Amino acid sequence: MLLSYREALNQAMREEMRRDARIFLIGEEVGYYQGAFKVSKGFVEEFGPQRVLDTPITEAGFTGLAIGAAMAGLRPIVELMTLNFGILAMDQIVNNAAKIRYMSGGQISVPMVIRGPGSAAHQLGAQHSQSLEAWFCHVPGIKVVAPSTPHDAKGLLKSAIRDQNPVLFIEAQLLYGTKGEVRDGEYTIPIGEAEVKRSGSDVTVVAYSKMLLLAMDAAEELSREGIDVEIIDPRTLWPLDVDTIVASVRKTGRVVIVEEGWRFCGLGAQIADSVYSVAFDYLDGPIIRVTGEDVPMPYSRKLEDAAIPDRPRVIEAVKQVLGRG
Amino acid sequence: MERTDLLHLYRQMLLIRRFEEKSAEMYALAKIAGFLHLYIGEEAVAVGAIAALRPDDYVISAYRDHGYCLARGSDPGRIMAELFGKATGLCKGKGGSMHLIDCEKRFMGGYAIVGGHIPLATGLAFATKYEQGDGVTVCFFGEGAFPSGQAHEAFNLAALWKLPLIFMCENNRYGMGTPVHRAVALYSDIAETARSYGLPAERVDGMDVLAVRSLMEQTVKRVRAGQGPAFVEALTYRFMGHSMADPSHGHYRTREEVEEHRQRDPLVLLQRTICDHDLGSDADFKQLEHEVHEQVAAAVTFAETSPFPEPSALYEDVLVTE
Repeated sequence: MLLSYREALNQAMREEMRRDARIFLIGEEVGYYQGAFKVSKGFVEEFGPQRVLDTPITEAGFTGLAIGAAMAGLRPIVELMTLNFGILAMDQIVNNAAKIRYMSGGQISVPMVIRGPGSAAHQLGAQHSQSLEAWFCHVPGIKVVAPSTPHDAKGLLKSAIRDQNPVLFIEAQLLYGTKGEVRDGEYTIPIGEAEVKRSGSDVTVVAYSKMLLLAMDAAEELSREGIDVEIIDPRTLWPLDVDTIVASVRKTGRVVIVEEGWRFCGLGAQIADSVYSVAFDYLDGPIIRVTGEDVPMPYSRKLEDAAIPDRPRVIEAVKQVLGRG
Repeated sequence: MERTDLLHLYRQMLLIRRFEEKSAEMYALAKIAGFLHLYIGEEAVAVGAIAALRPDDYVISAYRDHGYCLARGSDPGRIMAELFGKATGLCKGKGGSMHLIDCEKRFMGGYAIVGGHIPLATGLAFATKYEQGDGVTVCFFGEGAFPSGQAHEAFNLAALWKLPLIFMCENNRYGMGTPVHRAVALYSDIAETARSYGLPAERVDGMDVLAVRSLMEQTVKRVRAGQGPAFVEALTYRFMGHSMADPSHGHYRTREEVEEHRQRDPLVLLQRTICDHDLGSDADFKQLEHEVHEQVAAAVTFAETSPFPEPSALYEDVLVTE
């Protein structure tokens, strides 16, 4: 059936909460307000305020509470209104969620999901437009997922909720309204598996979350010029499915990585390193990265557009990697 | 007052004291490395508070954590092995002194980012309430953590959601080298700040194990009955430096001040009470010294003779692998 990304997330959580009474949803405005982006629409009505908890504006406090509850055997879903606010909870995520299993020598597990939108929407300014996935991926002990389609969003969120580990689940404000076919009935998508979103033979483009849509667009236009682009969506950023990317590289010999986050120490640098270290001999040239610019996000539309990857830049990078630039 | 009970409390405090002294010795011999924060002087707080709990109640603390773990009944050998970094340690040598964890004893750990474990305590208590249990959680933290933002977020959430949680603020007067009057606005009565969150709050003499236990028994009873969280400020004093890297006196406090507080050594106070009531003799205390000495010596032997972790352990326990 055709669902929006928002509806797919709603279904995933609803199905899981019906299945397992240990699951609860906690965050700012998740209950009576129905979610800042309406992802939890109808939840407080169905599950009650005991399982759908509106919190005060205290990201460290309620994220820490959720981690403690997970340590005691519950399965929390934390909604961060945006992942920018997750910065306030970084101590809890990095020092507690990610480390308790290791520090305890495997005595304690922290099965929980921390989810919310990352990346820029439209003109939300410097503090509300960040792509922080590289921060989260840098820390051993948490999985990081960033689906691009409603189908993947539903299947991966269900897997994340069932996972025994903390999972950081990255959505995007500009994806919530996008629609796509979602399989009917019960299904999950394993964490850690990339997908070939478009097969092609000339060049491999790696893109995730909102950037996947941009890459698909660019590929469409490039196909009219006779360039056959293969697109890999990692879907999970940690652990990264290097094998699927490398299989594509062996075929095409050329790679472009598209990410919205800042260039310096961005996730694309890691993806490139992963490819170079196992598939250098298959490459016909250097990997090209299309990234966000290394500036705080400006407000003005003109400047904001200049700071984020767009179709012309992806097309240019593909042509450049093919030596047609 | 009952003889067996008092001698048991004394024995627990004595075990912590002798364990910590031995830890310092092992640190000097380089058997223990890293940060080592000793609990000497504060024994009555852990022992008194934990004596008021059931085995299924949760305990969580900051990094000066050996005392709680021992009071909770963890095996001293496995604690010492953890300090030695051995595979037989409570956490397989991955936690160390500041991160002792013993799930079986419901000691949910030692955490070393000041204030960072206090929200976790709200989560443990939340889980109990969510599952309609009647357990309580006790969260130990120092007065140094009191001004932290995470502490106040936790106070508010606990009070707002009426969680079965007791905040035990262990006021040993110094956050590292900073005295409480230079760190907390309402330093003369920290509990007063807690009351402003709607937390019933009391102050207790943290050198008097019977006073601590008695206040905790009343508090735990109310919290267990579903009357919401509570706050206790225990006034205590650490006789040693902040960590092994810090002498017991010097830059920030005088020898005289330390000596003055040593007059109220929690072990001496309890011993006096026991003797005053004719509930114990020198022979009893000698016997306890002997037992505890043997127990600590056995802990060291266990740690010494245990193997270090295999290199393959490095990548184990990062994630749950199904």
